[in-house]
Amino acid sequence: MLELTNVTAGYGSITALHGVTLRVEKGSIVTLVGANGAGKSTTLRAISGLVKVREGSVQYAGEALTNLPPHEIVARGVAHVPEGRMIFSNLTVMENLQMGAYLRRDRAGIAKDLGFVLETFPRLHERATQQAGTLSGGEQQMLAIGRALMGRPSCLMLDEPSLGIAPLLVKTIFEKIVQVNRELGLTVLLVEQNAHLALEVSHFGYVLETGKILLADRSENLRANPAVQAAYLGA
Amino acid sequence: MGSRSSLLICVLVFGVVSALFTGHPESAWPLAQIDDYLLNILIMAGINVILAVSLNIVSGHTGQFSLGHAGFMAVGAYGSAAVTQIGGKAILNALSFLGGAAPTCVFVLSLFVGGSLAAVAGLAVGLPSLRLKGDYLAIVTLGFGEIIRVVIQNTEAVGGARGLTGIPSFTTLGWTWGLAAFCIYCVSALVRSTYGRGFLAVRDDEIAAEAMGVNTTKYKVTAFVVGSFFAGLAGALYAHLIGYITPEGFSFLKSVDVVVMVILGGMGSTLGVTVAACLLTFLNELLRQAEQYRMVAFALLLIVLMILRPQGLLGGIDRWIQARRNRS
Repeated sequence: MLELTNVTAGYGSITALHGVTLRVEKGSIVTLVGANGAGKSTTLRAISGLVKVREGSVQYAGEALTNLPPHEIVARGVAHVPEGRMIFSNLTVMENLQMGAYLRRDRAGIAKDLGFVLETFPRLHERATQQAGTLSGGEQQMLAIGRALMGRPSCLMLDEPSLGIAPLLVKTIFEKIVQVNRELGLTVLLVEQNAHLALEVSHFGYVLETGKILLADRSENLRANPAVQAAYLGA
Repeated sequence: MGSRSSLLICVLVFGVVSALFTGHPESAWPLAQIDDYLLNILIMAGINVILAVSLNIVSGHTGQFSLGHAGFMAVGAYGSAAVTQIGGKAILNALSFLGGAAPTCVFVLSLFVGGSLAAVAGLAVGLPSLRLKGDYLAIVTLGFGEIIRVVIQNTEAVGGARGLTGIPSFTTLGWTWGLAAFCIYCVSALVRSTYGRGFLAVRDDEIAAEAMGVNTTKYKVTAFVVGSFFAGLAGALYAHLIGYITPEGFSFLKSVDVVVMVILGGMGSTLGVTVAACLLTFLNELLRQAEQYRMVAFALLLIVLMILRPQGLLGGIDRWIQARRNRS
C-alpha cells in the first residue's frame, strides 16, 4: 500500500502541493484527476523522489520513501512513467527495455519479463531494433510503459499516458494498463487529463484542485457526482 | 567484427609499426625514417585523438557540455613534468637498479601521476558542478579550467608564468598511439557495457534515467573523472613532446579546439571523433601556407561542414553500422 500523509512540495518559491493525503491500496488502480496545475504530476514526482517533499511523509509497503534519492525508490518497486513519455530516443527499442531492467541482476527473470512485455505490446516486438525516437507517439508511450514494467515494479505510476496520442491508441493503452493490473497484480496510480476514461478503468479516484485533495471516492461514485460531471466530465 | 574492434586493430597496428620504424635516430630501420616535422604532426594527432575521445565521453556520450578540458590537460602536463623534470634526477637515481629501463619507468610513472592528478582535479570540479545543466555547466567548467591555469601561473615552484623548461623528450609515436588505442578501447568498451548504457541514458533523458534507477550524479561524475584522466595523459605526452610548457598553452582556446573536434566528428561517435582529431591536426598544418588567412580558412571550413553535416562528420555512423549488422 502506498500512503501519502500531508505532503507539501513545490518548485523554488512556488508551492504546488498543500498537504496532500492519499492512499493507494495494493492491487488497485487509483486515479488522480484535476485541471492543469492542480498538482497531479507533482504528486507523482514527490512519490518517486524527483521533487523534494517539504513536509509530510510518503510510505510504501510499510517503509518510508520520503526524500530518498530516485534510484533507491525505484529499487523499492515504485516505477514512474514520466509525462511526455521521455524515452531514450537515441537508443533502440530493445535497449530502452533493457534500461528498464537496469537495477536487476537476475538474467532469467529479465528474459521472462522481456517476453511478457513484447507479448503485451506486439508493436514493440516488430520495432525492436528501431531507434526509439522514430516511433510514433503511441508507440513511444507503450515503450515507456513496457520499460517501466521491465523493472518488475509492484507499483506503477503513469503520468498522462493519453497525452498527444491518437484516440484509437489511447484505448489500446488503457486496455493494457487494466491487463497488467489484473495479470501481474500491479498497483497502478494514474494521472490523467481525460477524467472520463480514467474514472472508467480505475477503482478509486481523487480530485485535486490547486494542490489540495477536493474529493475522494470510489470511481463510479465520482462519475455519478454532479459536481465532478460539471467540472471534469463535460456533462 | 564490430566497428570498435576494427578501429582498435587499425590504431594498434599503426602504433606498433610506427614504434618499430621511427622514434630514435639510431633506429634499426633507417629506410623507414620519416622527417621530424611529419613525426611531430603524427604525434600531435595522437595526442589530439586522446583529448577528443576523452572529451567525447563527457560531452558526446553523457551529454554534459564541458569547456574545461585544457585545464585537466594542464594538470596532467605539470604533474608529469614534476616527476621527470623537477624530481627527475632523484627518481632516476632511486630507480637506477633497473638499469637501462629506468628512464622508461620514470616516464611511465610520470604518465600515471599526470593522469591521476587530472582525475582527482576532475573529481574535485565534477562533484560540485555537475548538479548544473547545459549552459550553466559550460560556464562553470570554463571557470574551473581558467582557475587551474591561473593557479599554475602563480605557482613559482612550477615556473609560474615563465613556464617549465627542460622537460626530457620521452614521448614517441609508439607511446602516443599506444595510449590513444588504450583510450579508445577504454571509452568504447565502457560505453558499450551494460553499466555504460547509463551514460547514454543520462544524455538522452536525465529524468527518465533517474526514473529507471540510474544514479545520474554518479554517472556524470564518473564520465568527468575518466575524461579528465585521459586529458591528463594527453597533457603528459604533450609536455614530454614539446619539452617546454607554459600556462598560456592550456588556455580556454585549447579547450575550444577539443570541443570543435568532438562536434565536428559527431557527438558520441568514437570513430568520428578520432577521424576529426586527425583531420584537424593535419588541416592546421596544411593551411600554414595560407599564412594570416589560415584561421579564416579554418573557420570557413568548419562553418561549411556544420551546414552540410550538422550531426558531425561521422555522427550516427556507429548506429548505421549496427543497424546494418542487425539486418544481415
